[in-house]
Amino acid sequence: MIKEITISPGEDKSRDKENFDFITFRAGETISIVGPTGSGKTAFITDIELMAQGDTSTKRVVTINGKPPTDETRYDPSLKPIAMITQNTKCFADLSVEEFLLIHARARKITEKHLAVKTMELANKFTGEKIKKDNRVTVLSGGQTRSLLIADALMIGAAPIILLDEIENAGIFKQEVIEIIRNTSKIIIFVTHDPVIALLTKKRLIMENGAVKKIIVQNEAETGAAKNLIEIDKRMGVIRDNLRAGYEITKDLLNVSFA
Amino acid sequence: MKLLIIAGPPSAGKTCLTKQIVRRFQNEMKIAYLKIDVVKAYEDIELSKEFNIPTKKIYSGDLCPDHAGVMVLEDALDWAQSHRADLFIVESAGLCLRCSPYLNQGLGIIVLSSISGIHAPEKMGAMVSLADIAVVTKIDLVSQAEREVLIQKIKEVHRKVMLFETNALQGTSLNRLYDQITNSPPIDKDTLALRGNPPLGTCTICVGKKEVGWKHHFGVIRKLDGHTAEYLYRGE
Ligand SMILES: Nc1nc2c(ncn2[C@@H]2O[C@H](COP(=O)(O)OP(=O)(O)OP(=O)(O)O)[C@@H](O)[C@H]2O)c(=O)[nH]1
Ligand SMILES: Nc1ncnc2c1ncn2[C@@H]1O[C@H](COP(=O)(O)OP(=O)(O)O)[C@@H](O)[C@H]1O
Ligand SMILES: [Mg+2]
Ligand SMILES: [Mg+2]
Ligand SMILES: [Zn+2]
Repeated sequence: MIKEITISPGEDKSRDKENFDFITFRAGETISIVGPTGSGKTAFITDIELMAQGDTSTKRVVTINGKPPTDETRYDPSLKPIAMITQNTKCFADLSVEEFLLIHARARKITEKHLAVKTMELANKFTGEKIKKDNRVTVLSGGQTRSLLIADALMIGAAPIILLDEIENAGIFKQEVIEIIRNTSKIIIFVTHDPVIALLTKKRLIMENGAVKKIIVQNEAETGAAKNLIEIDKRMGVIRDNLRAGYEITKDLLNVSFA
Repeated sequence: MKLLIIAGPPSAGKTCLTKQIVRRFQNEMKIAYLKIDVVKAYEDIELSKEFNIPTKKIYSGDLCPDHAGVMVLEDALDWAQSHRADLFIVESAGLCLRCSPYLNQGLGIIVLSSISGIHAPEKMGAMVSLADIAVVTKIDLVSQAEREVLIQKIKEVHRKVMLFETNALQGTSLNRLYDQITNSPPIDKDTLALRGNPPLGTCTICVGKKEVGWKHHFGVIRKLDGHTAEYLYRGE
């Protein structure tokens, strides 16, 4: 059981020590990581994924339930309690979607029935362009790849800690993803530039120069603001869909009603 | 002296990994480096410039690089010893997928890139199945799921191999590999032997006869259908 994960400070890009004692995330928490491009957001979640022991470029140390992970948990995918969706939107493996999912299920030692089909069905909730089981993973679009990998992380990774790196950029249905992974007992960390995602999470880490600069805990005002933002975001979604479908944008459509 | 034999397909990240190892151990041990390549290699110059360690290269030319490796290794060990090396790293081009360069002592490391294709581990035969350690590089370029799919494939070829994943440019999460090197016992030169079975002997092709078709050759021949039918064919 994963109760909590703790990150001890490393060094920023100028090799100065990070300015915090330790950061702890507990089961059921959602966290967002924000900051300019190049500020170390991906490096931060990669440290968690690798369960860094001072042996990455940031020198951070990660412990699980207060203890350093065993070598087995670090190196055996079937024991790894972490699933990560990286920014990569390409797969290089010359395999069909079904083969890919089945081999990954073997790696994670998951034997559930119809797993590949269920994973694909979930992936297809996140993307407009449907994925088929005999598609080669190498020819999937960026959005399809992302959708498949998110579904894979949820169904096959099935891990108590989920890390998502800028899912908003891949043209997938962000709302659906957030809806499915919220209200779980998992630790979910979003690297994001999206204000809606950032405001919906319980904690917000601000990155700068390779270091965690600040930690902000969600307050009531922000939760309210998030509700309004979701409204706006949905409107944007409708407008986007209309544009894609070839409609003209009318005055009515632009009339945003605030909550 | 400890011995490390690093093999793997072109551009897998063997040199990047070597540099991380040298960086980690240069203050603890005297390190010497040999590169065995088929046609061109610059690693010897690069490493001696960057780390100021004794380096050497040899070109295998017409020979398979592993064959060449076996031939020169004894001299190379003497050379490394003459520099009082505590750790001798051999990087092999590993172009011959029939053989593997690993010895019965020291550590044999296969380096594979995450983007080299999912069937690479199966295709590389003894180079993977006889290694002690497999290092998967370029994990910064692929998704976690794809990394795990590749690891699974490697494990299906070689269940007992020790597996490490790294971004070799940064040398991430290699502590456990370094422990393996630290704990690797020194080699005994007099009892060194190849770990794998070398391929069957030479034949007329090996000595430069160019005609195509088995009838023109003798030695170990093979027809398109079936196996090494008349095992040692001596011509008609
Ligand atoms: N992004 C990324 N690039 C890498 C990594 N490892 C190696 N590279 C790059 O891959 C290329 C080949 O790396 P080398 O270390 O020279 O590969 P090699 O196996 O020694 O190649 P040969 O000796 O020429 O067969 C170089 O451009 C490296 O910078 C990695 O982990 N991540
Ligand atoms: N603390 C650090 N020390 C050294 N290098 C770092 C550190 N944090 C990030 N980097 C490096 O800086 C680069 C950009 O970081 P990255 O995490 O990709 O940024 P972001 O995801 O915020 O755009 C990467 O090459 C990363 O390895
Ligand atoms: Mg990033
Ligand atoms: Mg090289
Ligand atoms: Zn050979």
